[in-house]
Amino acid sequence: METITTDIAIVGAGGAGLRAAIAVAEADPSLSIALISKVYPMRSHTVAAEGGAAGVIKSDDKIEYHFHDTVAGGDWLTDQDAVEVFVNTIPKELTRLEHWGCPWSREASGKVAVRPFGGMKVMRTWFAADKTGFHILHTLFQTSIKYPSIKRFDEYYSTDLMVENGRCTGVTAIEMRTGIMKLFNAKAVIICSGGGGKVFPFSTNGSIKTGDGMAMAYRAGVPLKDMEFVQYHPTGLPITGILLTEGCRGEGAYLVNKDGYRYLQDYDLGKPEPTPRLKSMELGPRDRLSQCFWQEQRKGRTIKTPHGDMVHLDLRHLGEKKLNERLPMVLDLCRSYIGVDPVTQLVPIRPVVHYMMGGIHTDINAATPIKGLYAAGECACVSINGANRLGSNSLGELLVFGAIAGRNAVEYIKGEGRDLNAAGTTKLAADAKARVDAIFTKTSGTESVSGLRKEMNTTLEDGAGIYRTEAELKVACDKIDGIRARYSQVSVKDKSSVFNTDLIYTLELGSMLDVAQTIAHGALQRKESRGSHQRLDYPKRDDVNFLKHTMTHYTGGATPRIDYLDVKITTSQPAERIYGRDE
Amino acid sequence: MSNDRTITLEVMRYRPETDAAPSFQSYVVPYVEEWVVLDALNYVKDNLDTTVSYRWSCHMAVCGSCGMMIDGEPKLSCKAFLRDYGSKIRVEPLSHFPIERDLVVVIDDFIEKFTRIRPYIIAQSEKPVSEGEYLQTPAQLHKYKQFTLCINCLLCYAACPQYAHNPEFVGPAALSMAHRYNLDSRDSGRDLRQEVSASHEGVWECSFVGACSDVCPKHVDPAAAIQQTKIASTMDYYKALLPGGK
Repeated sequence: METITTDIAIVGAGGAGLRAAIAVAEADPSLSIALISKVYPMRSHTVAAEGGAAGVIKSDDKIEYHFHDTVAGGDWLTDQDAVEVFVNTIPKELTRLEHWGCPWSREASGKVAVRPFGGMKVMRTWFAADKTGFHILHTLFQTSIKYPSIKRFDEYYSTDLMVENGRCTGVTAIEMRTGIMKLFNAKAVIICSGGGGKVFPFSTNGSIKTGDGMAMAYRAGVPLKDMEFVQYHPTGLPITGILLTEGCRGEGAYLVNKDGYRYLQDYDLGKPEPTPRLKSMELGPRDRLSQCFWQEQRKGRTIKTPHGDMVHLDLRHLGEKKLNERLPMVLDLCRSYIGVDPVTQLVPIRPVVHYMMGGIHTDINAATPIKGLYAAGECACVSINGANRLGSNSLGELLVFGAIAGRNAVEYIKGEGRDLNAAGTTKLAADAKARVDAIFTKTSGTESVSGLRKEMNTTLEDGAGIYRTEAELKVACDKIDGIRARYSQVSVKDKSSVFNTDLIYTLELGSMLDVAQTIAHGALQRKESRGSHQRLDYPKRDDVNFLKHTMTHYTGGATPRIDYLDVKITTSQPAERIYGRDE
Repeated sequence: MSNDRTITLEVMRYRPETDAAPSFQSYVVPYVEEWVVLDALNYVKDNLDTTVSYRWSCHMAVCGSCGMMIDGEPKLSCKAFLRDYGSKIRVEPLSHFPIERDLVVVIDDFIEKFTRIRPYIIAQSEKPVSEGEYLQTPAQLHKYKQFTLCINCLLCYAACPQYAHNPEFVGPAALSMAHRYNLDSRDSGRDLRQEVSASHEGVWECSFVGACSDVCPKHVDPAAAIQQTKIASTMDYYKALLPGGK
């Protein structure tokens, strides 16, 4: 097998991967970097983030406030040492991006402007109109071009991590242009491959969000942490699930039911006022707002449409000028995709799967339990998001922990990981190739990729959605376990080598099934309600038994093994989450 | 909503290992009022023929993956609605690029040119992060903002007659990105970028047909960027003739 030898291999070239690559290049320009991605960097899903990135910069704000908002927003499942690192570092990261050319929206004075966001006590969300992720990604991609040591391997699909004696020594990837599998022999590997929202049918995620890096780490022996915590964003467009940014509500949009009533006032989220009040009503956290939709639906107060039940997002009172300036993409998306003009019309929306709080288990150094293996961004769980991520913390997370992963990988390969003893790597790579070849060359299969994917999608939505029960989760677990077993009966029809998406989709389905299984089993075992994980049969948070991270381990068998890890608490003891009234 | 109506999707197929030349393959797919061409392609992929290959991801016109020729025009397939076309829709890979496979084109040439124009801030001196942000007024931001909106979808290259004629032409998206950085109040790299922008293959190659701006799905105006660069380069030339000029 062709072998590419590099100091550090990075899997994924979205926000986290690019930031990690730049951190490595800046730490030591003599180190070689292989930046491997199944898509060109600017196609990565960071591109779709809209609203902004939170970081304390204004004089009325404090680092402690951002810390508290994040910890409480995560329903105390966050690791507070990680949150401390995050809130302290993010203002510097956002400023650095400013120096790199990010076109942040500005105040008249020329200073960076901030906007309100859900669950945040003070306005602290930096934004570039409503295309913040797009601008962050492109700024990072373009800046990365400056560093000659960053060698990109665009459109390479990574398949397996090489792990021997508890140390990661590389990764195999298929060059999609030729179909040839190559081995990247590396002293350290950083996974920045994003989330896996495509395990659900109705999602804001792009088609590439199939959890490949999560599954790869999981199969290599790293536990996936808190996978049952899946964020529904309250405002997705019908049919496509296209996201309308929380920035809409930050700018003052209302959520109303079929009677035009601002229903959030019925759910302990404060009283309706004409202009936005921080941490109140429409600026409550995403988990609570998505749960309110479900409650309204049960009361029959949502709007029936051919595309399912909806509520309305009302932006009309903001006026065309402000909408053009602050939310231009929202206007375009609504007009193009559902033929509704938010300037004059109510916009139908419903909750949509958006983000995975869980992911590859790392410590605050972005290090996994496997030596030389790091992870950052949505694929990782460090964990600053706990049971519910606050809007505008994910773009910050990929910057802060992407950079930390890069710097720590450098430190590692200069110390403990200096010598790469990769004697067994060739054998591991051959095993990886044999695994993929078996899938590729199989001729008689009774199952189809799209068929199994649909079943998996429906199963998770039915059993592991906004509200969950023991009975439904048991069904979901059984079904996912069954679909995973049937996966071996899939055969790839396309036997050609060049850009074979039939093969790639098949491998992606394998990743998604692993991810789906950890979500369903994690949810079944967590007998409490916390943040985005709501159990109708266990409606209360249970700090005695579940102030713990779920650790899901790959066993090679039909089902995963689950154990738990204590949450790290530094200064904030678990308390009631309070929105819309004084704390 | 869907009914029994169908449309025919004529998809250009090309598998370099087996096909001597590209050919068309037709698929009958349901007509759904809300569908875009990408949805129809996904229907084919999921239900009729798993071997068709094309790039896509976000389905909201921001990742720039799914550019293709639709009835002869470069479009993002995720934003081209079936309702705007007839009962037969022809889908081909983006013009002016080598075909890698089916609807997937080779974009190495663009990546090389984009890299060559130095699409990043080149500051005279690096200000430490601890000193905070550079001030940039909304007016200064406005000056270059529209040119930041390029999603690198390459529809403009597929529309550009000059790029068809001379593949050395640096092209609309890359030149427009150079202009974006030149206009940024934080940047002082214009002279370096001019080595490419003002070269023979740079802005002077453009014959100002403006097709690039017409097809841009993000309303970037690369033609304007190129014209403004031409004017600035001409000014450089005359300034150099003045006493004390460089």
